[in-house]
This record gives sequence, C-alpha cells and structure tokens, in this order.
Amino acid sequence: MYRYDEFDTRIVKERVEQFRGQVARRLSGELKEDEFKPLRLQNGVYLQLHAYMLRIAIPYGQLNPRQMRALAEIARKYDRGYGHFTTRQNIQFNWVALKDIPDVLADLADVEMHAIQTSGNCIRNVTSDHYAGATKDEVMDPRPWCEIIRQWSTFHPEFAFLPRKFKIAVTAAEHDRAAIKVHDIGLNMRRKDGEVGFEVHVGGGQGRTPHIAAKVSDFVPESELLDYLEAIMRVYNRFGRRDNKYKARIKILVSETGEEEFRKLVEDEFAAQRTAEKIALPQEEIDRIHAYFEPPKLAAKPANSESFEKAKTADAGFARWTRANLHPHKVDGYTTVTVSLKPMGVAAGDATDDQMDVMADLAESYGHDDIRVSHAQNVVLPHVALDDVYELYRKLDAAGLATPNEGLISDMIVCPGLDYCNLANARSIPVGMAIQEAFSDPDDQADIGKFHINISGCINACGHHHVGHVGILGVDRKGEEYYQITLGGRADEKAAIGQMAGPGLKADDVPVALKRLVDRYRELRSSKDETFIETFEREGMEPFKDAIYAGA
Amino acid sequence: MPLIKDRREVDDIWAYVPDEADLSPGGCITVSLARFRSETELLLARNTEIGVRLEPADDPHELEEFLDRLTLIEIDFPKYTDGRGYSQAQLLRRRMGYEGELRAVGHVLRDQILYMNRSGFDAFETERAELPSVLDALEEFSAVYQPAADERVPVFRRRHGKD
Repeated sequence: MYRYDEFDTRIVKERVEQFRGQVARRLSGELKEDEFKPLRLQNGVYLQLHAYMLRIAIPYGQLNPRQMRALAEIARKYDRGYGHFTTRQNIQFNWVALKDIPDVLADLADVEMHAIQTSGNCIRNVTSDHYAGATKDEVMDPRPWCEIIRQWSTFHPEFAFLPRKFKIAVTAAEHDRAAIKVHDIGLNMRRKDGEVGFEVHVGGGQGRTPHIAAKVSDFVPESELLDYLEAIMRVYNRFGRRDNKYKARIKILVSETGEEEFRKLVEDEFAAQRTAEKIALPQEEIDRIHAYFEPPKLAAKPANSESFEKAKTADAGFARWTRANLHPHKVDGYTTVTVSLKPMGVAAGDATDDQMDVMADLAESYGHDDIRVSHAQNVVLPHVALDDVYELYRKLDAAGLATPNEGLISDMIVCPGLDYCNLANARSIPVGMAIQEAFSDPDDQADIGKFHINISGCINACGHHHVGHVGILGVDRKGEEYYQITLGGRADEKAAIGQMAGPGLKADDVPVALKRLVDRYRELRSSKDETFIETFEREGMEPFKDAIYAGA
Repeated sequence: MPLIKDRREVDDIWAYVPDEADLSPGGCITVSLARFRSETELLLARNTEIGVRLEPADDPHELEEFLDRLTLIEIDFPKYTDGRGYSQAQLLRRRMGYEGELRAVGHVLRDQILYMNRSGFDAFETERAELPSVLDALEEFSAVYQPAADERVPVFRRRHGKD
C-alpha cells in the first residue's frame, strides 16, 4: 500500500497544526461559528445531534494493521469504544469532544491517516473497489490512480469552495463494486491499444434527485486524466448552481445543461488549456506511486486446499460462511474474505475497539497486512491462503465477526438515521434490525441469495436507498414515521434508480411486507440461480407491489 | 479598508465607482464589468489608471483583449463560500497571462487567503485579518500537491529533483 514520504508526512502534520490554531481561535471566539464551519467540515468535523462527529478518511478503502489499531485506540480513548464504517470508505466517531480533535488528528498523522476533505463543499475521499489488487475480474489495479487523485485533490486551491460536495469513485473491474455511476465523477479504467485510460462518467448521485451518471468520455488516456478532471471541476465550479443547495450538485448542472452541451463545455475547457497549465505528472512519479501497490508475495499453492475442504465438511457453520463471505482471488490457493459488520442487533458498519484490534491482528497473521473497508460497510481481508481460512474463521467467530451474510438480505446498508443524525426524519437502525430479525435464519438467507436492502432515514439518501434492490426511505408524516419502499435499484455496472412501489408503511409493517415480497420472489424465480433483482427485471413491479401491499 | 499586497500592508489609492455614480475626473478607479463593457472607450481614454471589478458570475474572458490596459482587477467575494473567484483568478493568470494586480475584495478571511494566493491573488482587502496572521496563513504549508497560479513547485516534481 502507499506509504507517506517526507512531503506527505509534513503536509499532514502541518494540517493538524493549522486546524489546532483554527480550533483555538474558535474556542476563543475570534472565529465565528459560520466562519469556522467550512474549516471544521474540511477536517471532517460535523456538529451532530448529540455531539461533534469526526469522519476520518480511509483512502480508497485501504488500511494496514497499525492504522486499524490506531482507530481502535481512538475509539477507546476519545469515543465510547466503537467506530462506524461508512458507505464512502470513511470511519466516523460520534462522541469526540471538539477540544480533543486536534490531538486525534495528530494521532492519525502518526499512522499516515487524516480527516482532510471528508466533508465540506470540496473533493471528498476517493473511493474504489474493496477487492482492488486481489480480484480476478479486474483489468488492472485502480489504487495507484486513486492515490494520484487523492494527492492532486488535497488542498486544491481552486476547488475548495465548490457549489456542493464532490465525490469521485474509481473501478477497474468488470463488476462495479465502487458504484461509479452514482458518483459525481465515476472512472472506469480501460486498456486500449496497450494504453491505460479512463472511461469518464459525470453527474451521478443520489439524494433528493437521483441520477445515473452520463458518460462524458469513452477514453481519457492516463497522461491526460488530471487535466481532464480539472476541466470538469472548473466547469462545475464556474457554472454549477449556487442559488439552491438542493440543486447545487453537478448532476443538476449536467441535467439542466444537457449531456451534449455539458460534454462540449468540458471539451472546450480541456482544449483551451495551455501547455503551461497542464499538470504534466512526470513518469517517474507515476512509477513511484505504482511501486507501492505491487501485489504481495504469495507463496505458490495448489488451487485446492485439502484442509479447507475438510473443514467445510466437518463444520456446517464454516461451510455456510464460506459460501457467502469469500470472493475468488486472482492467485490460485488464495481467497478474499469479507468480515461482516452486520451481525444481528448491531448498527450496520459498527465495530468495537476490541474488534478492530482483532481484525488488525488477523490481517497480520493471515492477511499480508492488508485490510479494506467496503462501501457496503464491511471489512475485507483481500489476500488469505485457503489453508488459513478455517483458523481465521474461528478467530473471527470468537470476536463476533463471522456473520455469514455478505451480499445477503441481512447485509444491509443503513444510515445512522434519527438516532444520531440531525438531518434525519425517521429512524433507520431499528427498522434494519427488525428486518434482520425477520430473516434471521441463515439457511433461509442463503436460499434467498443476493439481496440488497438499503435504508435511509431521510431524502438525503446516505443509506443509498435509491440503489438498493429494495430501498427503504423513512419519512415523517405529521409526527409519525413512515417507510416508502422502492424496488429495482442497483449500484453496479447496470446501475438503476429504484421505483416507488406505493404508499409508505408503518415501521411495524415493513418486515412482514418484505417477507411477502421475498416469498413472491421465490415463487417467481426461474431457478435458484436467478437473483431477486434479475427476477424483478424480468417480471416488473406488479407482482411485487401486490405482495408488499397484500396485507393492507 | 486595510489592504495587504505582496505581503505588506499598503495604502489603497483605488476607488470603486458604483454603476449609478458619475466617474470622478481623476484618481485610480475600478468599475464593474458591465460598466467597463458599455463605456470602454471613455474609460480607456482617461489619463488615470483603470481597473475592473468582477462579480462571481462574470466571465473573465471578456477582459482578455484589454488586459495590458488594466492595472488592477478586483474579484469580489460577496460570500466567502462562493468559490467562483478562484477559477476567475486562475483563468486570468494562467490562461490569459494577466500580470497586473489581482485583488480579492468582499468577504475575505484569513483562512481563505492561502488558497487565494495560490490561485493568483497578490492583494487582499480585508477587515478581519491582520497582517501577521495573513503572513502566517501563507506559510502554513511547506509543500503543495498541485501546480497553480503561484508557481510553487508541486511535490510530484520536487520528489524527483525537478524544479
């Protein structure tokens, strides 16, 4: 993984000192709250319902064990013993005191981490495929270019006060696990005639007005990527709407301008760049960054592991877990393990300090020091030998980290909702837990197969409800919480926005309605291999809508 | 209002003339882009130096053919959270090669001055920031990740001994 050099270290430490000064000026009253707000936001500090919340970047989702332990230590020392992994490869701490935040940031800097630009109207943490560098289905490893984008966007002087927040995601795999089509910019890495380049999608997003991104370019060669991104950013910074917060994202600029015209604006801006304006990243620098992402040295092993197969036969719980939580590795004899942060009765994405320590230890013992966090709020150990999987499983299980549900119905994306967030209209966590309860039987979950339920407690859609196979949106109607159901959304390469099934349901009615929906799917599926989303796309809304409202 | 230019506090010899006011016969003045557009001949014929003040929605390209006749361009930040002025500045400096004074006016705060400076501003009209704190702000980072109008050498070149 990338390691800071003297420049990176200095810049991050200088950032800590800068923020320390800003906090001191705020606490002394020299800075007014409205002047302080964007400064704290660009350091990941939000004012939430109960306290300040600190959001820390995990660039493109990669951590080493030392960093994971530092997060555990922050949870212990400054918070209430846990952290919350988010849908954008960040981790949030909900109970940190403002006066302590500069010290937390200093602790992070010691392990090459930061909270820079994790909030505010600037370019946010760059996200990517959590299986990058390990998965069979990738054309190349996207992380080096994520790191290049991270550096370019850090303290970019022109783009710190954009009309609204700005999110970039990068994938290089056939199957899009980074949700690039619902990002402000989504990049899909390609190879054309031996040259590496990027397919560029712009203007995707969720929130009040969900949009699937428009393809703006089929192929931007890597040597021109940063210049092309600057062109997009400048067009957005100059022409994006600033009169209405809810119309300020780039998706609105793209849709109001029209795809064709928007593309022309970008192309014209790009064409107008003079040689002196070009970023001209030296090849040595591109090579330097790529060198950090060399694959780990994995000892040659046979494709099949006898001990692994034996353990599966002997331990049914292990066998079930392997069916859900392993992903094919590009090297024979190895696999990629998902550590589910979605056990029953725990808020999605939460991990305790001890669990973080356990994951750090296990990544050291079995995982070549590599840890990822996924946009589905789980943790991933990308490189594990099949021979080691059973031992790893038993240790995870002992720490409550072996829930066998990756991608299954109980592996939901859930925003913090009204329990924590001051934007929310309704609670999300209890509804998610009630659904987990309704589908608690692991055999039943395995039979249902791939099934993504996403829950948001308000229209801002932090729980990604628009792109859940089933989306659940909490709304407030005259002081009572209702939940609207959408069907058919997806965030992958076939990205689609879910369609509203009908009127909102009361919280208590949601699990039973979903039970009926799932039963209908089981009746209709052409075989056990046809997933819910495939059946939905074949059959359409009607039968599922009937099932949801059959009890009404 | 206090004016900081090239890292020193200086006297402001310029006056902005609002659109509805008559042009004073002498002195250095700035006018809006709209006024400059409608009274270009008259303004350029004056014996005094002339400047233009851009608002966030203004297109700086409209000034391109007059840049060598302008001594000052002011870029207004009615709200400091409106970042369009940073792009206007970069365009004027890097795209069009403007070399005169580029002054940030309006809601100009200490903690934005570094980004303004990197985007090409060399002067700041600010009530809220004293000179020492502005100088501190400009020195907060010893390295930068990207090229900008200030021509600091980015780390991706320094790492390889290029400057």
